[in-house]
Amino acid sequence: MTPNSRTNSDNASGTNVPTQHHFSQKHLLGISHLNPVEITELLDRAEAMVDISRQPRKAKHSLKGRTQINLFFENSTRTQSSFEIAGKRLGADVLNMAVQTSSVKKGETLIDTAATLNAMQPDVIVVRHAASGAVELLSQKVACSVINAGDGTHEHPTQALLDALTIRRNKGRLNGLTVAICGDIANSRVARSNLLLLGAMNARTRVVAPKNMLPTGVEHMAAEVFTDMEEGLKGADVVMMLRLQHERASGKMIPSVREFYHFYGLDERKLAFAKDDAIVMHPGPMNRGVEIAPTIADGPRSVITEQVEMGVAVRMAVLEALLANGEAS
Amino acid sequence: MKNELIIKNARLVDPASGKDANGALWIKNGKIKEIHWGNAPDAPEGIETRDAHGNVIAPGLIDTRVFAGEPGREHRETLESVSNAAAAGGVTSFLLMPDTTPVIDDGALVDFIIRRAEATSCVKILPSAAISKGLKGQDLTEFGLLKAAGARAFTDGNSSIQSTAMLKNAFTYAQNFDMPIIHQVGDRELIGSGVMNSGILATGLGLKGIPHEAETIPLARDLQLAEMTGVRYHTAQISCGKAAEMMAYAKQSNKNISAGISINHLCLNENDIGSYRTYFKLSPPLRAEDERQKMVEGLRNGTIDILHSAHDPQDTEGKRRPFAEATDGAIGLETLLGAALRLVHDEQISLLDLLKTLTINPAKLLGLETGRLAKGAAADLIEIDLNYPWVVAETDLKSRSQNTAFEHARLFGKVTTTWVNGNIVFEQDGTTAP
Repeated sequence: MTPNSRTNSDNASGTNVPTQHHFSQKHLLGISHLNPVEITELLDRAEAMVDISRQPRKAKHSLKGRTQINLFFENSTRTQSSFEIAGKRLGADVLNMAVQTSSVKKGETLIDTAATLNAMQPDVIVVRHAASGAVELLSQKVACSVINAGDGTHEHPTQALLDALTIRRNKGRLNGLTVAICGDIANSRVARSNLLLLGAMNARTRVVAPKNMLPTGVEHMAAEVFTDMEEGLKGADVVMMLRLQHERASGKMIPSVREFYHFYGLDERKLAFAKDDAIVMHPGPMNRGVEIAPTIADGPRSVITEQVEMGVAVRMAVLEALLANGEAS
Repeated sequence: MKNELIIKNARLVDPASGKDANGALWIKNGKIKEIHWGNAPDAPEGIETRDAHGNVIAPGLIDTRVFAGEPGREHRETLESVSNAAAAGGVTSFLLMPDTTPVIDDGALVDFIIRRAEATSCVKILPSAAISKGLKGQDLTEFGLLKAAGARAFTDGNSSIQSTAMLKNAFTYAQNFDMPIIHQVGDRELIGSGVMNSGILATGLGLKGIPHEAETIPLARDLQLAEMTGVRYHTAQISCGKAAEMMAYAKQSNKNISAGISINHLCLNENDIGSYRTYFKLSPPLRAEDERQKMVEGLRNGTIDILHSAHDPQDTEGKRRPFAEATDGAIGLETLLGAALRLVHDEQISLLDLLKTLTINPAKLLGLETGRLAKGAAADLIEIDLNYPWVVAETDLKSRSQNTAFEHARLFGKVTTTWVNGNIVFEQDGTTAP
């Protein structure tokens, strides 16, 4: 058990750098591996990183001489850039592996790729992969730390952490807040990680989706399940929208974009059911007019760009927490 | 080769006659010459006798679902290595699935299997042949010529035929040659990109689920076609209670149908997948624990007729991948009996009922004269030490592949000697006769 000396879990002040660190994990594979104390520690560390990022000179040297490899088997400009900036602000040497041109295309297995990279002695590998569990598999085959930057429809832990940080900065806490996650829950790793994190931090979680976008057993993951969006948004403190993959709205799952938008797109009328001070979130990239109205996406209640900023801070915190452990051991 | 042997002081278990009692067995020229129930008279002078010390002597096991890699994937398993694994597991005959490269869909290939088995195998390998050319589910193979070449059953192995019209034709034509059809049911579209049992575990792991209905909907089709055509139909493996219910119902009006189950679906459940352990990636997928219990009940009450290993050697290249990308299948010949005996030790099924599903029932499906302790039958026999404790270690297994779903399992009970035609092909000390 982790020593429980930092239980002021919803401290939003966040300007003080934590002095006592308990985070002792080697990898960040998923929120399911974290307890509330560890989550809080990462959020507190990230608060401090926000301040560094807002300075004119953003350099910190805690990871000087350390090597970070970003290994993205799926394209993601924003997450990859976020990890790259995070590593560089801490002084790490960051390498982006271009998977499209690498030997992976020639049929090399994930395990072989892992063994090859491992031999180059990196300190941390940031991995995104289309298959659930792929990042955990890779972590078993390398000596360094591994960060899951999204694996299939399983987890995307840094997204959940950055969402939690954004919520905490706006609402002062996570505990007791009603958070409605809306859209394609079944195919979303963001939803899974958020449900795990928010559940662990005692937020009241809701999912809102058409039945065929709710995964089997979702009632065990969220406190409440809604298929009616107006009902689902009633009294919500946070409305978290998910991206709808276009190919799913062409008759295979959802008949059309306009039907989806009519029932599950976030517009002013539906948002009115949430609390007056409810914030609106989206992991990006957004489809305006599909899952969210442009006026809301760019409106005063949207914290979507703040999420992007918190993304860098959270990733800096995670990198430092993991690599500080490596140094100690 | 000694042509005569008397095994005395044995617990003779013969599922065919329902007898389970002490006795002695006299083997001569590879056949069972005499069976003495109760106290046997003294052995005649000069005949070798062997004391079984109260261990079980039973018919050798008959496994209806074994995959190998020969021809085409010999690095996974050859007929020689699979036969050694079979002998160590007490399997004296098995039906070889046609999923090889090339597919066994031509008389010449059936002949090849028979000749290779004669040259390299220490147990009896019975070739099956594909229902459809290339296992593609479209065009019938030459049932008559394949039977003449020595095929014992028609099956598309791991592939499931989707076309109802194709199945109807195959069922009808198989009856023409009095051959059984063994079919694995799976609705390709309902399975979709599913890789494990549908449910909260799959959702939590972010893996696509396979619902029970992917099995029960095509099973309903097969059962109706079987009734319509009168074919001897065997559904290769079922995994959920609903499928067992459907089998029980259909059997009320059709005596020509039977169901099989793999040892994996009888002993394991979806929780064994843990965090993406690909050795537990099977088709059909491992189900929830309550479904597994229904499978045990189905085997106990006779709804499920045949237990098999579904032995399917896969190389590490295919298994050491992200779960969704990994190959299906687990080896199982050597652990089949030891794992099944768990149910006997837990008093969930009697030894006699268990062995029925491993000997006489498969013998009936395949039209074999073995699978029973009968005067004049081939002396394909096993000796079982029911309480022999052992721990499964993949490095000890004789299979060329190591993808066992029972790694580190603690089992009680093992085959200690295996005879094929009266010859010892396996003894527990590790020597396998040529």
